[in-house]
Amino acid sequence: MERRKFIKHSATASLIAGTALWSPMAIGHNLMGPSTTDPTAKKITILHTNDTHSHIEPITGGRNDGRGGVARRATLINKVRQENANTILLDCGDIFQGTPYFNFYGGELEIKLMSMLGYDAATLGNHDFDNGIEGLYKQLPHASFDFVISNYDFSNTIMEGHTSPYRVIVKDGVRVGLFGLGIELQGLVAPSMYKETKYLDPITVTQDMVAALRDKEQCDIVICMSHLGYSYRGDKISDMALAQKTSGIDLIIGGHTHTFLDQPEMVLNTKGETVLVNQVGCYGINLGRIDFYLKQGNLTASDKVVYEI
Amino acid sequence: MTVICRKGLIVLAFAKAVLLTTSCKTDAYTTHRVNAQLMQIDTALSAVDDIEKIIKPYKESLDAQMGSALAYNPIAMSKNDTPLNTRIGNMLAGIAREQGGPIFEKRTGKKIDLVLLNHGGIRSAIPAGPVTTRTAYEVMPFENEMVIAQLKPEQMKELIDYLVQGRRAHPLDGIEITVQENEVNVLLDGKELDYSRNYNVLTNDYLLTGGDNMEFFTRAVNSTSLNYKIRNAMIDYFNKIDTLKFAADRRFTVVE
Repeated sequence: MERRKFIKHSATASLIAGTALWSPMAIGHNLMGPSTTDPTAKKITILHTNDTHSHIEPITGGRNDGRGGVARRATLINKVRQENANTILLDCGDIFQGTPYFNFYGGELEIKLMSMLGYDAATLGNHDFDNGIEGLYKQLPHASFDFVISNYDFSNTIMEGHTSPYRVIVKDGVRVGLFGLGIELQGLVAPSMYKETKYLDPITVTQDMVAALRDKEQCDIVICMSHLGYSYRGDKISDMALAQKTSGIDLIIGGHTHTFLDQPEMVLNTKGETVLVNQVGCYGINLGRIDFYLKQGNLTASDKVVYEI
Repeated sequence: MTVICRKGLIVLAFAKAVLLTTSCKTDAYTTHRVNAQLMQIDTALSAVDDIEKIIKPYKESLDAQMGSALAYNPIAMSKNDTPLNTRIGNMLAGIAREQGGPIFEKRTGKKIDLVLLNHGGIRSAIPAGPVTTRTAYEVMPFENEMVIAQLKPEQMKELIDYLVQGRRAHPLDGIEITVQENEVNVLLDGKELDYSRNYNVLTNDYLLTGGDNMEFFTRAVNSTSLNYKIRNAMIDYFNKIDTLKFAADRRFTVVE
């Protein structure tokens, strides 16, 4: 895979290099992450999956033969955690449906294994309602992680009070804010399945979540876990559209469209700041990894943010 | 270690912010570098034993349930055995009618006139020998449910034209199409298309939305969902019969 490096002035927020750049300046030691001389340097690793669709065992047959498998994913996650204890593991929905494991056990094994793998949070996909809202509720006791969903109003449903609109995870003093966005269920899921779940506008909800996470919770990194889908023709809200139409998000990790991205997209938000948008296909074939290197205090006008993607 | 923010921490953060109003927050961190990697999960990675141990009993139970014989198939059948109607296609259409028909009749008091599924939806052949739950999953891995579309005669004409022009072995039941040179002869339950009535066509939710270019379904007068997956209909059918007895027949033929 071709690796590219982008450098961004923090003050002007404009990309000084829009194309592939291997700048000697960028490789200067002050940009190389937590250096031994800076005690405030921090590294936070985000690992993410989406649309694992009950793929417990490696895939057999077809073009993805031999890929995936939860037990192997665990090996990779453990390896990353050994490299960096400050790792957060997230899933962007559609945990359920796709192999007989779901049809026979209702998602119990999927959720149990995610708990064993040490997932910190997951958002909800449309297929997570495939056994009805009761079928989702039934599996909650197996989850040692949080379901974070900001734009589903579960009032008057069995799920009320069992999800969080946002979460803050503190790793090595760095405050990482998470919120979750689900896709509109009407048309995708039978109303008898999602019952009185109300879908709220993702853009409006995002601005509320950003305000809560940035201002109230003083988060250093804000991550949107989305099941909206990567990109659509027309006006339908997607991760790419959300990135452009909002501000305050550092990273959108997505799902639903089973989009295999070789590297995250870099999108400018309404304030001209860079947002990364990523999605790693489906069926547990890939694990996405984003490392954030941080230091204390604000960046000065001469500081640059380097994106190695 | 994960520290979850609770109210006490919020208060603390707020107190600090008040104390440090003249300078920037010293406990805030700013990203100055981001590195992204796509990590592949493949055979190069070993499996974690503890995880495999959890999976094992589920897998064994699943394999046992999936693999136990429900019925018997005397001769292997695939969707490419014969040109315009196949044993496996006729089986699917037949199962859909047999399993779905009584539910539709009970709910609406109406009978199913025609079954139309799609050739592309048959994802696997069925070998000769025991027929299992796994067979149903292999043939029909999709979650498609049976729906009944009420079609006007105009859309029935479009449906017939689609079949005649496409000449594919879509699963069909309740129709006989004979194409001889330029002459097309169509019988629905032994009768010609009646332009004074609507027809109830059993299909699936994918085709109802125009899947496989079956645009005529999008113009249905109305539709009734049975909330019954085709795969489950297959499993239920396999459970109640002993031997699969389906044959290719004259329901769609072209006389050259």
